Amino acid sequence: MKNIHVSTTLNGDEAEFVCAPEETLLDALRNRLGLSGAKEGCGTGDCGACTVEMDGRLVCACLVLGAEAQDAQIKTVEGMAIGEALHPLQQAFIDHAALQCGICTPGILVAAKNLLERNPDPTDTEIRYWLAGNLCRCTGYDKIIKAVQIAAADMRGA
Amino acid sequence: MNFQSNTKTDFKVIGTRVPRPDGVDKVTGRALYGADYNVPGMQVGLILRSPHAHATIDSIDVSAAAALPGVKAVITSADLGIPEDEGLRDVQDNCLARGKVLYDGHAIAAVAAKDVATAKAALKLIKVEYTLLPHVTDVDEAMKLDAPVVQEARADESVPAGSGPNVTHFCEFGHGDLDAGFALAETIVERSFTTAATHQGYIEPHACLASYGNDGKADLWCTTQGQYFVRDLCSGILGIEGSQLRVTASEIGGGFGGKTTVFIEPVALALSRKAGRPVKIVMSRVDVFRATGPTVSSSMDVRIGMTKDGRITAAEAKLRYQGGAFPCGTVDMGAQAAFAAYDLQAVRTQGWNTLTNRPKEAAYRAPGAPMAIYAVESVVDELCQKLSLDPLDVRILNAADAGTKSSYGPTFDQIGLRATLDAAKAHAHYQAPLGENQGRGLSCGFWFNFGGNTSVSLAINADGTVGVTEGNPDIGGSRASISMMAAEELGIPYEKVRTIITDTSSLGQNDVTDGSRVTFAVGLATIKAARAAIQEMCGRVAKIWGIDADAVVWEDGCAKPSGPNAGDFEPMTLAEIAAISSETGGPIAGHHEVNAEGAGVSFGVHLADVEVDPETGSTRVLRYTVFQDAGKAVHPDYVEGQMQGGAVQGIGWALNEEYIYGEDGRLQNAGFLDYRIPVASDLPNIDTVILEIPNPGHPYGVRGVGETPIVPPLAALSNAVSRAIGVRLNALPMSPPKILKAVMSKD
Amino acid sequence: MEYMKPSTAAEASDILARNEGAARILGGGTDLLVHLRAGTMEPGMIVDIKHIPGISDITPEDGGLRIGAAVSGQRMGEHEGVKQMWPGVVEACELIGSTQIQGRCTMAGNLCNGGPAADSVPAMIAAGAVARIEGPDGARDCAVEEFVTGPGKTVLGKGEFVSSIFLPARPKGASDSYMRFIPRTEMDIAVASAGVNIELNSDGTIKSARVALGAVGPRVVLVPDAADAIIGSKLEDPAIAALVRACEAACNPIDDKRGTVEFRTTVAGVLAKRAARTAMTRAQENATGDKS
Repeated sequence: MKNIHVSTTLNGDEAEFVCAPEETLLDALRNRLGLSGAKEGCGTGDCGACTVEMDGRLVCACLVLGAEAQDAQIKTVEGMAIGEALHPLQQAFIDHAALQCGICTPGILVAAKNLLERNPDPTDTEIRYWLAGNLCRCTGYDKIIKAVQIAAADMRGA
Repeated sequence: MNFQSNTKTDFKVIGTRVPRPDGVDKVTGRALYGADYNVPGMQVGLILRSPHAHATIDSIDVSAAAALPGVKAVITSADLGIPEDEGLRDVQDNCLARGKVLYDGHAIAAVAAKDVATAKAALKLIKVEYTLLPHVTDVDEAMKLDAPVVQEARADESVPAGSGPNVTHFCEFGHGDLDAGFALAETIVERSFTTAATHQGYIEPHACLASYGNDGKADLWCTTQGQYFVRDLCSGILGIEGSQLRVTASEIGGGFGGKTTVFIEPVALALSRKAGRPVKIVMSRVDVFRATGPTVSSSMDVRIGMTKDGRITAAEAKLRYQGGAFPCGTVDMGAQAAFAAYDLQAVRTQGWNTLTNRPKEAAYRAPGAPMAIYAVESVVDELCQKLSLDPLDVRILNAADAGTKSSYGPTFDQIGLRATLDAAKAHAHYQAPLGENQGRGLSCGFWFNFGGNTSVSLAINADGTVGVTEGNPDIGGSRASISMMAAEELGIPYEKVRTIITDTSSLGQNDVTDGSRVTFAVGLATIKAARAAIQEMCGRVAKIWGIDADAVVWEDGCAKPSGPNAGDFEPMTLAEIAAISSETGGPIAGHHEVNAEGAGVSFGVHLADVEVDPETGSTRVLRYTVFQDAGKAVHPDYVEGQMQGGAVQGIGWALNEEYIYGEDGRLQNAGFLDYRIPVASDLPNIDTVILEIPNPGHPYGVRGVGETPIVPPLAALSNAVSRAIGVRLNALPMSPPKILKAVMSKD
Repeated sequence: MEYMKPSTAAEASDILARNEGAARILGGGTDLLVHLRAGTMEPGMIVDIKHIPGISDITPEDGGLRIGAAVSGQRMGEHEGVKQMWPGVVEACELIGSTQIQGRCTMAGNLCNGGPAADSVPAMIAAGAVARIEGPDGARDCAVEEFVTGPGKTVLGKGEFVSSIFLPARPKGASDSYMRFIPRTEMDIAVASAGVNIELNSDGTIKSARVALGAVGPRVVLVPDAADAIIGSKLEDPAIAALVRACEAACNPIDDKRGTVEFRTTVAGVLAKRAARTAMTRAQENATGDKS
């Protein structure tokens, strides 16, 4: 087995790690880089709890090899807040009860942020289809969609 | 204890929408869940599971696995004793099979190794010899006299003679003369229904980290709804005293009842004991589906008689549930809940539980009630259609109310069913016009709610802040609600209170977070603990002022003289009293322990509009409204969240979710691809209307709310689809092939 | 297991040939990694093709478009040229999985899995797409409808892999559509699917058509009888009825946890009908240049 040395950019910072060839990016984030925000809910790309952004696109970290992070820009939920200031999405989720147990929340926040960067004024339907790959079992999605709309309005106004 | 005479109504904090204390941690990824905790020297634990639905284990040879470099321990059930208590023995046998494997995925052995690759390689080296046995997975097949026997002699005394060998339990509830009742009916409908097993579908798989020291003391970090219960089960299985095992609950990524027992925790502890190292086990999603605790599946017969004006004269239900390979008592709750919404002269429910070669059932939000009420509400709806009566009017006509002798025995006190029905009738949703291929359905829902063992400690800190220590994992925002109740009672701002959930080394017993009990029971205990602290503070102030303790009252967060006769003293705030507490006698705290009773039942009504594509059977939920009685909504956002979340789980149950077993007895859809829970694009907004009919059993009138909302969607959707396509459906889930078949059968 | 990053097609081909049976291509990875995790594939070597020049390009060619094998579904959906020319192919690719899957999955990978329910394949077959295969002896082309030989089986030989898919030029007055049936609104594997490609005569009748059905047999099937049923028509009721009958007759599905034989057969006909109507509408808009 040949381990691989990977250099990548993680939430804007240079980062390096060593991983086995079959290790996923999710494994690398959680076990090598100490970032437990991305969660494993299924390991098969069906739940979205491991959603991160890779070179500007949403991916399931469980379906990307750690080795593929070489020279990539990776963004996780841990990079969303700037210092003390939460991202408007994070604040909206707290203010409007868009989370209950919170396990799906990191993935949904990363996904919603990517959406609003591409489409600052989405319809509810567009938000729902964009987030279809992020399963939530607690909220029934209603307050999540509303919080995304509130954050979007906030970001358009600011 | 009846609080009716002093149920508060003038709230300052209760009913407002404050931010939750764990919110920032959860939106930044800082919160630590079951799989997020690591310690030095940690080993990876993996479990070997049976690929057979039913077989004897003739031999297990772990020698090659144990000899593999990097492997620290291998265990089987031979490494454990055999508990005397039947319930504990079943839990243990489910965690590690003894003698027989009873379902596809049943755990047989486990390894602890230095990394995942080594652990996987070790599992492959374990040699198991099986003799396959015939298996049974269907509930009606399992009840037959000649069914394959899952376990010998597990029937309890309730089971009638002549029952099949897998029937473990029988129950019966009701009152009145059924024959006379049916004789009065102008129309009788009798139907049979089936529902498939479903899974709670929490997004976080079970995970734990066990650290067993050579001194016999152990630590366990796990995602759970009840760390005290985990402690009791694990210490029993490992043969150690409860005080030697400290269980800490992580943040929990969903439970819904499925994390109220143990699956991997005793295994991790046993591995850690043998290995002399900490061991972490994280379940895969496949294993979660195969080997944790889905619901029962059911086969039911319901017969209801009604006059042409819509009065139910007699009602009867027969419920056959299977709870997997171990005895299960869920049918009792289903049998009691089935007709709870109705005021009936003649009613009877009978329930049977049978064993099958399927995983051991665990609770899932109102266990036993959704399927039974689905069947009852479907028949009521069919009667309404036959008699051309408005389905809401018929519910209102027959609704249970204060003073009704319920179908399961107790007489109801103040309940909110009429209020929810009236609210539904008045709501715009009920009047909205429907288009082609669209249908509207409704259903009542009910759950008992529970109290249970609860211990709370409340500390008044010297800086005037307050710390509440409780023992119930927060699955819906309860920490905020508990803080709110403490703040309300003490008369201080919410921001001054911090509620934490402690591990088992502190506090007395706390029953698991289930039964919708936390806001009710922990809230009640918190209020009592706060009152105890208030009493202590008043006593301190009385000494300072040199007056009797009962001449000091607590108002708006201050100790005040009870009247002008008590003396002319400036009120002292909580902060002022706290600041000098060490001079007045020492730290100030209050505590309360109780086995809480008086939990109020919670009724709800759901309205659902659907559109069915008649060429494909595809169903879209167009509009959905949840009406529910919360007693008193402590934090309305979280009450709404429970209503919406439960409703969507019920929608998934009604339309798409099911456990699919093959001819070989193996689970075919053990993943989120083919176990289809609702995704965001499947759903409309879920509108909510909270009714508040105070529960006399709680100082603020609180009723549990978490479970009732999963009950009505099943029949609400079935009634809606049946009306949309003009054919009555009687099986869940109503997946498109079934709907299309029904549509095509019309012509 | 080893991870390799060849920098040319020849190098990739060489690695595959020397490790026949033990090496797997990594493109988007949305299928391979699931197998790795489940233990259903245990390759000795993973060959990441994403660093081969041109493998991620979308290039005009002979009036059509050559789509590199590593182009993701999301990128196809962002490319105005592909969307305009072959909207049915794009919508098929965009239905593969979630937004996250879309960020990685590829049309080529979807084809190479050889799955009967693969979303991109009926649309590609209807389009007359051609797969370019790189191998030890250089490049060769293979029509997509001949590429898959059975469930999970393709024509790829030793050392071969798909480097691009060619979508042919399309005349005015022609368009395509892909529809599938799933129980939810997203995230499911197609229970039945239909890709329809239509070209119109100047009088608005159908000049030529290709109808491909997915998830109703061991391979995605091109149904010439269904095409014949609508050629010369404007999709009036008798033509539609004949189309549906021809599609139903071409179905040979199985009963499984996703659908019954009866359901798949019925729904395949319904989807073909609806996809034909959508393709027709798009072709009409395309003919006159009008977009409603």
